[in-house]
Amino acid sequence: MEGHAGTRSSLVWAANIATALMVLLWTIPTFGLLLTSLRDRDQIAASGWWKAPFASEQNSFVRAGTAVDQVAEGAIWVIVGNVLDEGEKLLAWGTNSRVPGAYAPDATVTLANDQVLTVAADGAYRLTSPSQFTETRGMRIFVTTLSPPRFTFENYTRVIGAEGLGQAFLNTFTVTIPATIIPILIAAFAAYALAWMEFPGRALLIAAIVGLLVVPLQLALIPLLKLHNDIGLGKGYMGIWLAHTGFGLPLAIYLLRNYMVGLPREIIESARVDGASDFQIFRRIILPLSFPALASFAIFQFLWVWNDLLVATVFLGNTREQLVMTGVLRELMGSRGGDWEILAASAFVSIAIPLVVFFAMQKYLVRGLLAGSVKGG
Amino acid sequence: MEQFLLASGTIVAGVFGCVAWFWGSNMALDAVYPARGPRAGRNMRHASAIRPWLFLGPAILLLSAYLVYPVINSAWRSFNDADGARFVGLKNYQWLLADGKFHESLSNNMLWLVTVPALSTLFGLVAAQLTDRIRWGNFAKSMIFMPMAISFVGAGVIWKFIYDFRGEGLEQIGILNAIVVYFGGMPQTWLVTPFWNSFLLMAVLVWIQTGFAMVILSAALRGIPEESIEAAILDGANPWQVFMRIKVPQIWGTIAVVWTTITIVVLKIFDIVFVMTNGEWGTQVLANLMYNWMFRGAPDYGRGSAIAIVIMLLVTPIMIWNIRNARREMR
Repeated sequence: MEGHAGTRSSLVWAANIATALMVLLWTIPTFGLLLTSLRDRDQIAASGWWKAPFASEQNSFVRAGTAVDQVAEGAIWVIVGNVLDEGEKLLAWGTNSRVPGAYAPDATVTLANDQVLTVAADGAYRLTSPSQFTETRGMRIFVTTLSPPRFTFENYTRVIGAEGLGQAFLNTFTVTIPATIIPILIAAFAAYALAWMEFPGRALLIAAIVGLLVVPLQLALIPLLKLHNDIGLGKGYMGIWLAHTGFGLPLAIYLLRNYMVGLPREIIESARVDGASDFQIFRRIILPLSFPALASFAIFQFLWVWNDLLVATVFLGNTREQLVMTGVLRELMGSRGGDWEILAASAFVSIAIPLVVFFAMQKYLVRGLLAGSVKGG
Repeated sequence: MEQFLLASGTIVAGVFGCVAWFWGSNMALDAVYPARGPRAGRNMRHASAIRPWLFLGPAILLLSAYLVYPVINSAWRSFNDADGARFVGLKNYQWLLADGKFHESLSNNMLWLVTVPALSTLFGLVAAQLTDRIRWGNFAKSMIFMPMAISFVGAGVIWKFIYDFRGEGLEQIGILNAIVVYFGGMPQTWLVTPFWNSFLLMAVLVWIQTGFAMVILSAALRGIPEESIEAAILDGANPWQVFMRIKVPQIWGTIAVVWTTITIVVLKIFDIVFVMTNGEWGTQVLANLMYNWMFRGAPDYGRGSAIAIVIMLLVTPIMIWNIRNARREMR
């Protein structure tokens, strides 16, 4: 549109700003969670992710030393220590949970039994008493601190190990790869027949494929689960591979047929004249030429299978060893609802591969979409 | 390790199995009806009548077993009792009509049906028009398109974090409540407050589907002949008029395709509701209701299947429309 008489520069500016706003709105949700997944657990709870680059105020308490830590200084007994972690700054402190920020740094306070407590600005505290300390549990010193931003990969190591996401990652891979490759092959042959072979009932079959594109998966769950049980497949990888293959076929055939129909007729006719069989034409000419369409479908199917929750929940077992990543994520949302460091890191482990595939192969994805259809959840 | 062997084994076996079938059956056909000798002509006719079915065989088998059979079987199950042992006629459907949860799900689905395709298409159209005008348009497109790659479950986590609620006076870490509090409002428990919470779930799907709408509509906008736009500009149309009166009418067909495609996604919507509210607090939808009847507590396959058939019936008009379009294009 640039250069058109009707395009004024103010309009271009407006378009720029509006686009920027939209991009911001569409990326902020993901970005917020990504940043959260890299933050320290305490900081996530203390401040919103948008404050992540800044120091955050935190309330906590530290236990002072006990009787074994005391030393005699002349007539009095003394316990010393420090309430701060590295990099933290003391804002206020207190000795009572109801007023945790009662005193300023460097203040000296007299407590019960003539004990005296001083907490310096650098966090060093000094607790003195005229009589010997007998406590076996240190007294609580409440501190309000300013902590510097802390970023860590700890959440990721934790979810991959302890939360079982590593195993789920492998499971997802195991489900996805065969379920992506097998339908392509079956669909390619079928698409060739529907595109380039003459036989009665062809139009009807194509119409049926278009119809099957939108059949809700929900219908298939119980009948297929029963079927799998009857033929001895039960719940397992074999069953889910077959299921995903079946569910993916309409889109695969539809996309590939549309593409193959558009290939130049002359090439195929001349190969026929030269005596090539259908099988040879398919293998030597059609398959190599259809690469873009094959790639488009492969991406669809990959994203669809990788991101699927329903089919995996129904056709795979639900023990920790068998769950795929979406299943684990769902379970964590139930059991660890408020632990955002776990949820955020888990979510990103599960969406990392699709995002990489998406950005690397976007061209084919767009092409596939434009080929006229998409399968929904 | 074991499962990797299994997976690699399956890939190899699957690929080889397919190739062996296609190659072997073609060879066999050529052996039975050789294209030479005294009856070459008749043989070739026979072979070319059979060959398409060899190519189509595995696909038809799988499609029948995994899509056609389940539809028929579900329809049958919806007329049977909980474990499919006894024919009960229309009882499951009568139950549906009287069930409050079903009414709630149906009306929520309708609400989704009106809201999500409309907003996704609208935002997609706006994004398509905007990004086509600016230099960094392709980058912007990528960013708006990105949620498409994120699973509904992942999106559920992302958005649940946005709607996070902390008690009053505490630091809000969900951005929506943080904004509300910043402007002096009270933090809300968004997801458990009926009626509007459904729209907050819809926002997730709109967020995902806008990119899809944008990609398709952007291609359609580019396909509009330059002359019609130039003519309008010469006639003194302002950019808004060019967009609304010249561009949009020319891409109605594409808008309809986008709209119906998103409609189908909406009718089947499950994951987002399942992981974010599980249909509580008035957010139930058909697919999740069906899941509850099929897999929760004491399963009732009859009722579950009846709900599945309702979803199927809702999808059917679009299915017919798609088929008619496809047939028209083929001619």
